Amino acid sequence: MSLRPLILANTNGDAGWRLEHYLARGGYSALKKVIAGKVSPEDLIAEMKASVLRGRGGAGFPTGLKWSFMPKGEGEKYLCCNSDEGEPGTFKDRDILRYNPHAVIEGMTIAAWATGATRGYNYIHGEIFELYERFEEALQEARNAGLLGARILGSDFSFELFAHHGYGAYVCGEETALLESIEGKKGQPRFKPPFPANCGLYGKPTTINNTETFASVPFIINMGGQAYLDLGKPNNGGTKLFSISGHVNRPGVYELEMGTPFAELLELAGGVRGGRKLKAVIPGGSSAPVLPAEIIMDCTMDYDSLSAAGSMLGSGAVIVMDETVCMVKALERLSYFYHEESCGQCTPCREGSGWLYRIVHRIENGQGREEDLELLESVAGNIMGRTVCALGDAAAMPVRGFLKHFQSEFAWHIEHKGCLVPLDVQRAGSQIYVSPSC
Amino acid sequence: MLSAEAKQKIDREIAKYPAGQKQSAVMSALRIAQEENAGWLPKEAISEVAAYLEMPEVAVYEVATFYNMYELKPVGRHKITVCTNLPCALSGGVHVAEYLQQKLGIGFNETTPDGKFTLKEGECMGACGDAPVLLHNNHKMCSWMTPEKIDRLLAELESK
Ligand SMILES: Cc1cc2nc3c(=O)[nH]c(=O)nc-3n(C[C@H](O)[C@H](O)[C@H](O)COP(=O)(O)O)c2cc1C
Ligand code: FES
Repeated sequence: MSLRPLILANTNGDAGWRLEHYLARGGYSALKKVIAGKVSPEDLIAEMKASVLRGRGGAGFPTGLKWSFMPKGEGEKYLCCNSDEGEPGTFKDRDILRYNPHAVIEGMTIAAWATGATRGYNYIHGEIFELYERFEEALQEARNAGLLGARILGSDFSFELFAHHGYGAYVCGEETALLESIEGKKGQPRFKPPFPANCGLYGKPTTINNTETFASVPFIINMGGQAYLDLGKPNNGGTKLFSISGHVNRPGVYELEMGTPFAELLELAGGVRGGRKLKAVIPGGSSAPVLPAEIIMDCTMDYDSLSAAGSMLGSGAVIVMDETVCMVKALERLSYFYHEESCGQCTPCREGSGWLYRIVHRIENGQGREEDLELLESVAGNIMGRTVCALGDAAAMPVRGFLKHFQSEFAWHIEHKGCLVPLDVQRAGSQIYVSPSC
Repeated sequence: MLSAEAKQKIDREIAKYPAGQKQSAVMSALRIAQEENAGWLPKEAISEVAAYLEMPEVAVYEVATFYNMYELKPVGRHKITVCTNLPCALSGGVHVAEYLQQKLGIGFNETTPDGKFTLKEGECMGACGDAPVLLHNNHKMCSWMTPEKIDRLLAELESK
C-alpha cells in the first residue's frame, strides 16, 4: 500500500493538536533550522522548487515558482492561507486544521521568511467555525512560545499571523475573492492582471496558498526538496491528502504518495459499499469532469495521470458513485450548487449557470427536449473561459464530463421521460450510511 | 443594540488588521451582532455595525446579504442547516432532510410555530466524509446523523 502519512503522521485525533504535541512530533524544527542557519530566501525557494510541490488548492501551480514572484525589498507584504474549503467533496484542510494546525502556522512562517511577508491571514471556511476558534488558540500558543509575532525565536525576523473567518460563500475560495472578503467587502473576484504578487491584499504584494500547501512546507524543509519529490513521481512531488466520499465503506481523508493507483485508494477506503458495482468517480472535487469506472480504475492519483484521462486531480476530492446513482440527478445537484454560488458579476456565469441547471432539471423531471443535449454543450462552451474567475469553468466542466461519458443515459431520460436507474434502487442506494469509522 | 461586550469583541477583531482597515472586521462584527440578537440581523444591527466601523450602511448591508450564514429575517432559537450537496446526498443527506421536515412539520426556510426551530438547506460544509452532516446555529457541526441521533439532538435542543 502507498499510504504515506506526512502531514497527518502521528497526529492523535482531537487529542494531539496542541503545541506541546506538535513539538513532540518534531514540530517547528524546520523553522528553527531556517532561522538559526540564516538560510537565504533564494535557497529556500530553490528547495521548494526542487520538491515540485504543486499547489494543493486545485490549480496545481508550482509553489516555489509562485513564491519567487513576490517583489524583493522592504515594505508591507502579505501571505494568505486559503482554508475556505468548500468545493463539494473536499474536506482535507479541515483535518489539517483539526489535527495539525501548527504545521500550517510553521509553514506560513517559513513562507514569510522566503517571501519577505510581514503579515498573514488564514481565511477559514465559516462552516467549520469550531476550527477557526481552535486555530486562534493555536496562534496564541505559538505567540506565547516566541514562535510567531515580533522577533521570532529571538531573531530580528517578525511575522504576524491572524485568523479570518468566511460566512458562507463558496466563491471566496477563489483567491482574489478571498482578498476582497478580507478587506471587508462582498467576495467578488478581481480581474487579473494585476496578479496578487504585485497588487494583492490592501494593494500590497501578496502570496496565497492552500492550507495543505503551507502544511507541507516544514516537511519539505526537513527532508529536503529532492526527497520530498521522490515520495511521489516526477512532476508530481510528495504526498497528497485525498478526501474520499460517497459510496465507499470507509469515507475519510487518506494521505498517499502521489501516483498511487486509484484502485489502492478505493481499497483503503473499504471498497464500494454493499459490494455494489462502481459506476463513476469524480476524482478532483465536484468541478472535475467525471470518469466512468473503467477509466478511473486504470488511473493513478496524480496531476498528470488524471489530466491524461480527461479529468483533473484538483483538490484531491474523490466522489465515488455506484450503480444505484442516476447520472442526471447527480449532475442536477452539482449544477444547482454552481448556480447558487455564482457571485453574479459576470453575465456568462450568472445567466449560464442558471440555464445549465434549468435544462438538467427539466431532463431529470421528464420534460427534456431532444435538442437539450446540444443546448447544454453550447451553453457550457459559452461560459468556459469567458468569466473573471474559474467559477464559470467549474460550472461548465461537470456538464461536459457527464455528457461525454454518460450521454446515452441523458438521451434515455429525454426519450423515456424518467430515470434509467429505477427510483427505488436510487433511494436504497442513497440511504443514511452508518459509517464504521464513526 | 450592540452591547459593550460585543463592542469589546469587535475591538479584538479590529486589532487583527492594519491601521485604517477597520472594515476588514465587518464579517466578524456582523457575526457577533447576530449572535447576540437571537441569530439574525435587524436593520438597526446593520446600522450600528456600520457606525462602529465607520462604513457606509450600504457596504455593510452588501456584506450581510452576500454571505449566506447571515440571516436578515428572524429565525427560530435553533437553526438547523442540512447539507444536501451531492457527496452528502449519496450517504443519506436527503433522507436526513426529509426526516427533519417530517419531525418538525416544516419545510426548508420555515420556522416551527413555537419559534424553536428553523430548517435550512445548506451547501457543502467541507465535511463530506462525515455525511450526513448538519450545522446547529451556524457553529456546531453534527456528523454522521441518523434518525436516532436527530431525535436525541432535537430533544436536547427542545429544552434549551
Ligand atoms: C470558484 C473557486 C473556488 C476555489 N476554492 C478554493 C478553496 O476552497 N481552497 C483553495 O485552496 N483554493 C480554492 N480555489 C483556488 C484558489 O483560487 C487558488 O488557486 C489557491 O488557493 C492557490 O493555492 P495553491 O497554489 O496552494 O493551490 C478556488 C478557485 C475557484 C475559481
Ligand atoms: S457535501 Fe455535505 S459536507 Fe460536503
